[in-house]
Amino acid sequence: MARTHTATMVLERITTMLDYDFMRTAFMASGVVAILSGLVGYFLVLRNQTFAGHALSHVGFTGATGAILVGISPFWGLVGFTLMAGLAMGTLGEKLGARDVAIGMTLSVALGLGLLFLHFYTAFATQATALLFGNVLGVDRSALVSLASLALVSVVTLGVIARPLLFASLQPELAEAKGVPVRILAIAFMAIVAVAVAESTQVVGVLLVFTLMVGPAAAARNLTSRVGTAVTLSAGLALAEAWTGLTLAWFTNWPVSFWITALSGLVYGLSLCAGALRLDPFRRRTAQPVERAPTIDRAESLTSP
Amino acid sequence: MSVVAFDAVTLELAGRTILSDVGFAIEPSEFVGLLGPNGAGKTTLIRAILGLVRPRRGRISVLGREAVRGNPAVGYLPQVRGQTDLKLSGWDFVASSASGHRWGLPRLATAERHEVALALDLVGATALAERPLGELSGGERQRLLLSQALLGRPKLLLLDEPLVNLDPTHQRGVIDLVARLNRELGCAVLFSAHELNPLLGAMHRVLYVGRGQAVLGTVDEVITGPVLSRLYGSEIEVLRIGRRIFVMAGDNEAEGEAHRHDDDGHGPHPHGDHGPGAHHHHA
Repeated sequence: MARTHTATMVLERITTMLDYDFMRTAFMASGVVAILSGLVGYFLVLRNQTFAGHALSHVGFTGATGAILVGISPFWGLVGFTLMAGLAMGTLGEKLGARDVAIGMTLSVALGLGLLFLHFYTAFATQATALLFGNVLGVDRSALVSLASLALVSVVTLGVIARPLLFASLQPELAEAKGVPVRILAIAFMAIVAVAVAESTQVVGVLLVFTLMVGPAAAARNLTSRVGTAVTLSAGLALAEAWTGLTLAWFTNWPVSFWITALSGLVYGLSLCAGALRLDPFRRRTAQPVERAPTIDRAESLTSP
Repeated sequence: MSVVAFDAVTLELAGRTILSDVGFAIEPSEFVGLLGPNGAGKTTLIRAILGLVRPRRGRISVLGREAVRGNPAVGYLPQVRGQTDLKLSGWDFVASSASGHRWGLPRLATAERHEVALALDLVGATALAERPLGELSGGERQRLLLSQALLGRPKLLLLDEPLVNLDPTHQRGVIDLVARLNRELGCAVLFSAHELNPLLGAMHRVLYVGRGQAVLGTVDEVITGPVLSRLYGSEIEVLRIGRRIFVMAGDNEAEGEAHRHDDDGHGPHPHGDHGPGAHHHHA
């Protein structure tokens, strides 16, 4: 009886939570952002470009603070800056690959500049916390519309380039030889990453972008060896982490970003354990771990090419 | 009609002449071993056939047409650069290149699934493909890459150093497999390697490159003191012991174990320290 009572209480409080307009908006905003980040994140991890994603968020910080200083919306400053930086990274491509130090220095300078901009505009110093650690509860209706439309464009674009992007990510030399426009794909993908980073910043902040962009994708990859399953799982995990984080924040009054990072870390940790145990809960068929030497008795399938 | 024909071809890479005024022709169903010292331009030659490197002068034709990117009749196995994604299943890895140039979601049509299944079956990797790449040995992964090269039923297979990092048993396995595919599918094979001996018996002819030149012929015609001395630019002695052949530069073996490096310096980023004729014996 007591248990039923508690359950009813919890349910009631969740219903109350959704009575508030700002909470409904926060759920929708974090949902949109989580799905976008989960989808983009899979390819980001696959392509070993997570550091680039991290760097983009720092550049975005400068864009956002600069925008505040000149009096335009920090979100558009953020999107503009990450997009420019993303396109630049995509264009430089491989040349940038081995230059961790150069990227690291650039993003430090960018963060420093952002700090300076904030210093000049002290009235908005509280913005710093929101930018660095996110403030999904502060997202209003018009911001939600911007988030949703940008996310839609990004997801559609990703859908269009997904097939050659996967090929080029796994086998760049072969893809190039088969006529895949590898460079253009790299640039287009970095533009999508830039948008996803800017959107993630709205939920978890500049410093915690990894938690939505990389955490769920990396966990999904530990849990399955199938591309389709992993992409879906990545988006699903990101969504679950964001919404559970939001709910836990409502109950505990602790920061949303803390809960999302904690959940993201927990899920990743669990996925590592599953990976170590070689559990693949999503394996479609039973694999036969039998090593077969190449056999020569398949001539009938060979003769009719 | 030749499968590959080089007509007075000069290839340059980053201002360096790789091949100069080279001509040869590979015929249908031929298994050709591509050999030569490090940095001689084996990979560049393959990339030129793929249309990734334009000849400075001369003409390269593939199956009667000019060499261009994306020719479906050409299967390609790039040199392993170690950056394979180890968490992916073999099936997904191979399938990613089935019509991988088309836009849209990476969902395979039934015909494409059959194509992948057939290619895996041809190399005996159907069971392997169910496992993540990280669980496979180098030889097993090489078989998956080979099945990827077979997608689209090519008339020409370009295999860039498929023996690198494999122990002798697995090397044998890969060579036997390629020889069988060559025989039964009737597709021509250009197979680059560091060592001559493993390919003896499997290949029909050898294409030897060195110092900007290339010579195509049977082993008896090409692997001789005078020809190799010209290609290496120094005195080369050829010793035959039983069925094995040793190419000696001075007191050292000019080709053999000394060549087994992961990166032999003629990828897209050539190292400046390998001149076109730099033969590679460690003094």
